[in-house]
Amino acid sequence: MVFSDLIEEVYMSLSSNKSRSGLTMLGIVIGIASVITMVSIGQGSTATIESSIQSLGSNLLVISPGASKSYGSMVRGGAGSASTLTMDDADAILSEVSNLKNVAPLISSQKQIVYKGENTNASIYGITSVYQTVKSLEVSTGSFFSETQIEKVAKVAVIGPTVSETLFGEDVDPTGLKIKIGDTQFTIIGVTVSKGTSGMNSSDNIVYVPITVAEHYFTGSESLSSISVEVTESKYMDQAEADIEALLLERHDKDADSADFSIMNQAEIMDTMSSVSGTLTLLLGAIAGISLLVGGIGIMNMMLTTVTERTREIGLRKSLGARSKDVSGQFLMESISLTFIGGIIGIILGIAASYLVSTFGGTTTVVTSESVFLSFFVSAAIGIIFGYYPAQRASQLNPIEALKYE
Amino acid sequence: MIKCDNIVKTYKLGETETTVLKGVSFEIKKGEFVAIIGPSGSGKSTLMHILGTLDKPTSGKYFLNDVDMLNLSDDDLAKTRSQRIGFVFQSFNLLSRANVLRNVMLPLIYDNNIKKEERKARAEKSLISAGLDKDRWYHLSSQLSGGQMQRVAIARALVNNPDLILADEPTGNLDSKTGDIVLNTFQRLNREFGHTIVLITHERYVAEHADRIIELRDGMIIADGKASKSLLKDK
Repeated sequence: MVFSDLIEEVYMSLSSNKSRSGLTMLGIVIGIASVITMVSIGQGSTATIESSIQSLGSNLLVISPGASKSYGSMVRGGAGSASTLTMDDADAILSEVSNLKNVAPLISSQKQIVYKGENTNASIYGITSVYQTVKSLEVSTGSFFSETQIEKVAKVAVIGPTVSETLFGEDVDPTGLKIKIGDTQFTIIGVTVSKGTSGMNSSDNIVYVPITVAEHYFTGSESLSSISVEVTESKYMDQAEADIEALLLERHDKDADSADFSIMNQAEIMDTMSSVSGTLTLLLGAIAGISLLVGGIGIMNMMLTTVTERTREIGLRKSLGARSKDVSGQFLMESISLTFIGGIIGIILGIAASYLVSTFGGTTTVVTSESVFLSFFVSAAIGIIFGYYPAQRASQLNPIEALKYE
Repeated sequence: MIKCDNIVKTYKLGETETTVLKGVSFEIKKGEFVAIIGPSGSGKSTLMHILGTLDKPTSGKYFLNDVDMLNLSDDDLAKTRSQRIGFVFQSFNLLSRANVLRNVMLPLIYDNNIKKEERKARAEKSLISAGLDKDRWYHLSSQLSGGQMQRVAIARALVNNPDLILADEPTGNLDSKTGDIVLNTFQRLNREFGHTIVLITHERYVAEHADRIIELRDGMIIADGKASKSLLKDK
């Protein structure tokens, strides 16, 4: 039996019962389409998370005071609660560790901010102008404070858009106005561009002041809340992290077990987040995979019914000279054709559905060629797996019994 | 051309054994038209299945064209059926969703020696031999009358130019008038084209159309001789 004959025979059988073939195929169509859509949603969220982490600044290491490891049953203080990092540490890192682009120390605290009758609670970040570069902060109105203002401990502040809105209302330019942070009066010189909310912290509800001011008026000490270090290239990240750790351990006279600081690598955060969303993708794919499995069982059910219904035909074909493998080949081909065509329709529908989800559902979706190829082969494989048993059953029918079958 | 030597067929059903054929021996020469007759349970269907290589005897020998059919693999038996044997069944067994020409061409798809282009010509030739009007060739087989269906089945049995045509109760589902037409078709195929035909029936009237009648009863040949009155004389 040549291949073109096989295709003709398969077409004849499938088209002779169009509604049944169509409904069975629908199971595969829905299965494949949902796999494509679900995986595209999962991969879309991975891409979103990665790009939002990337937007916080690239190749970033964040050094916080306090130990990162817990020792036995000891309860450790939260990272950032200790006061072991100093401006000298920051200067030492910049001068002694290679391949660093920027080192940005930060003093943060929470304060009540008052303007006339209005008040709000915001994070107060004491920063240097380097911090502005590292975090790519920009102002929508006014300007950032200058080096001179930092040196002179000028009581100026750049506020986030949320703070501005809360205190002054919408569409008001607060530049030049005076606010009270704690007990000290500050002059507003700029408003930052909205960055949106990422994770739990809104980067819009922050007031930036010169680091010298924060030292002087808010903490009263040299201790830093964190040091952000920007590395020139991502390949130097691990090296820089190790160098900084060694340097600070030496400066603080500690060993690795008693370190009084911790270093967060942005790449690690990204890895963690990616693995979380990877698991999400897998979960969504698995749920959709179940519907694909059910579709496959539908194929097997239909093929078994077909084999029973066409027992006489099988007997006839055998008596006309069909070998067992001709018979099993025909039935296997029928189920593969169903899943193959169903798979192609499902892929098209799945891509269309992902497009609709990203257009109207507000979720980013990414259809990768991997998921398309995978679904394609999975659908063909389902045809083989779930068609094999019915095909075997057909080929092993005794022609004499089959011809007598009513 | 056909040689059966002491064929025994025993079926096992659980504990009980039933011997359907109890040592059947005969020869059929090329170009003969033989009827095998016997009441139900005589073993004639089993014998036909063995002649058609759909079944194997428990013991004994069966040669078709001097080839021992007992030594062939299942695939070789399928090849034998596709190239050397044509079947005509009581219930026609046509594919109802296919047209007449397609039904007749069906055996040819299992024979890779016959080119695709050649199939249609061969199918048309055998339809003419079987005596089916040309205007029916593109009808679905389900739209034909019983007599026409059986002639399509005969054409299908002829299409691979077989050494042997096996007809199992070919008139069983037909009224006597169309039955006669079908029997005449067999006679004509035998006389004009020299086809070897073995016809299985339980009706003596049908068997009389053959040249030779082998009579089976309880798994044994009780008579073998010329058809019509000559059978009685031989007895």
